[in-house]
Amino acid sequence: MSTPSTNAPTGRRRPNAGDGPELVPTHSDEPLLQVRDLTVGFRTEDGRVSAVDQVSFDARAGELLAVVGESGCGKSVAATALSGLLPHNATVTGSVRLDGVELVGASPDQLRAVRGKEIAYIFQEPMTSLNPVFTVGRQVAEVLRVHEGMNRRDAMSRAVELLELVGIPTPRERIKHYPHQLSGGLRQRVMIAMAVACNPRVLVADEPTTALDVTVQAGILDVLRDMRDRLGAAVVLITHDLGVVADVADRVMVMYAGRVVERGEVHELFERPRHHYTVGLLGAVPSARTADGQQRLREIPGLVPTLAEQPDACTFADRCPAASDKCRSSQPRLDVAPASRHEVACWHPAGTDRAEVPA
Amino acid sequence: MGRYLLRRVAQSMVTLVLATMVVFAGVRALPGDPARALAGEENDPARIAAVRAKYGLDDAVWLQYWHYLTNSLTGDFGTSVRTNIPVAEMLKSALPVTIELSLLSLSVAALIGVLTGVLAAVRRGHPAEWLSNAFALLGLSVPNFWLGLMAILYLSVALAIFPASGHVPFFEDPVANLHHMVLPALVLGTGLAAVIMRQTRSSMLDALGTDYIRTARAKGLAERTVIGVHALRNSLIVVVTIVGLQLGALISGAVVTERIFGLPGFGKLTVDSVFQRDYPVIQGVVLVTASAYILINLLVDLLYSLIDPRIRVQGEAA
Repeated sequence: MSTPSTNAPTGRRRPNAGDGPELVPTHSDEPLLQVRDLTVGFRTEDGRVSAVDQVSFDARAGELLAVVGESGCGKSVAATALSGLLPHNATVTGSVRLDGVELVGASPDQLRAVRGKEIAYIFQEPMTSLNPVFTVGRQVAEVLRVHEGMNRRDAMSRAVELLELVGIPTPRERIKHYPHQLSGGLRQRVMIAMAVACNPRVLVADEPTTALDVTVQAGILDVLRDMRDRLGAAVVLITHDLGVVADVADRVMVMYAGRVVERGEVHELFERPRHHYTVGLLGAVPSARTADGQQRLREIPGLVPTLAEQPDACTFADRCPAASDKCRSSQPRLDVAPASRHEVACWHPAGTDRAEVPA
Repeated sequence: MGRYLLRRVAQSMVTLVLATMVVFAGVRALPGDPARALAGEENDPARIAAVRAKYGLDDAVWLQYWHYLTNSLTGDFGTSVRTNIPVAEMLKSALPVTIELSLLSLSVAALIGVLTGVLAAVRRGHPAEWLSNAFALLGLSVPNFWLGLMAILYLSVALAIFPASGHVPFFEDPVANLHHMVLPALVLGTGLAAVIMRQTRSSMLDALGTDYIRTARAKGLAERTVIGVHALRNSLIVVVTIVGLQLGALISGAVVTERIFGLPGFGKLTVDSVFQRDYPVIQGVVLVTASAYILINLLVDLLYSLIDPRIRVQGEAA
């Protein structure tokens, strides 16, 4: 169970927080965000459903951590659980510490002070994530008014600066527009402006480019990278697009059926995937060779299981080419591979066999 | 916005002209010859012909319609055949009573309905939702006349808090006027409140499940802002539609309530004129009701565009 903290979860205040995005160095060796054994279940009419099982990870300031996995693997649930944004039928245990301050079990008021201020979110659907009946300027300004106590005029002029910062042309006119008057890419930029308005220390981007045109995606990713560097924020990027991961991530965490199955530095993990699920994911990425018809695109047979209880076994075993009896009777834990910071939860890691790794 | 407004007003005018045609045709489709009825019992052909000539009933139908239309536009709805009072005057004295009653009961209904509707949506699965639903079911099932009689029985007769019936014009004595209006407005508003509550609840539930509400929460907004500003504004479209439809129904349909509380309003005028076969009055009543519906619909549409910016732009683009 969690240990509710008595501290206010606002953590350290940075000076001049409202003056503009600036480089905020965090000199601590301590990771900014420490997640330990985060477990999320939902009570539904059909009984309990386990969504996230004992997920642990760190997010460091100025680092972009990608969380990868199929739909339904629990990556979005884990991310929304960070600031207690889950619906009422969710049960959350474990620990989420932001700068040493415990968030699991914190009071609603404490969590509200964190949301949008310390931990900010960018969601997948820019079409539906903005309120259709308010101008985008008002929606950006609202965050500043709530967290920075700005008056309407100051917040609005700051909103103009923020829209400019995320690359929206003619921001002075744009703040008066309603979401439906903007393109998907511009709306996502508005979402980002809203998220970075208070210089958050953790920026969670949940599939920020999935709903966008490929041509727009690169622009959005550039803005995310730029925000990581400018704010020194820890960016948690949730995606199923391995191309995006290779492009922007510093570290990668692969999730399967609510568990972390592999974690490592991005190049290392792409070069030498050790979990068979990661191998399968990488094999399912189209490349020039598959396009030529020289090599068939590989798929992972089966579906992600929906689990009532997390079993003491490897949940990937039924879809895994290397599964043995041990995989079905005992849960593998994350182990650090020798000579690298590359962890895998597998009894028979792929590791050495380079033939299984697609180019 | 200007073009949208213009277009809607023009549409309403067309509808209004169509309404006058229907009213005109409707009255002529009624069985019986009005000239014969007016001429009395003797069936004297000369007298009937005289009546025809007097009321222009021997003119061509299109000419009769034209006279009817131009007269209506100048506020001349003819004269009651029973009382010889101009219909316009009868309407003028009945309308304010009904409009006041409608607006009062609508305010009561909107206030109670929206509050309990939001409460039921937000406190899902709590006793508050159960209570609100029970209230809605009760409000929908209890007939107005019974509620009115009970109100008179307990609040007027037994406790003597409110007068049981009668009406005082607002500009003569506002306090007495409101005092007389409290019970009818409450009685009429209860059923309406139930309808509004159910609509608010369901559209609020829809709004609360949307992505932009998740965004609002992720921004760290207080729950009352999330619900009272972000969700409610989006739920209002449906509520405004219902309120508009109900207001139209109220103006023509407060018959029973007006009767019970002895209010000299539009409902009473309608019923009386129908019972007395007072055709000019019926014609005037129907035309005013139709106009009220059209006007309210126009207002509702304009309100939409104020609430939801997307409707504004569609209107301009078209």
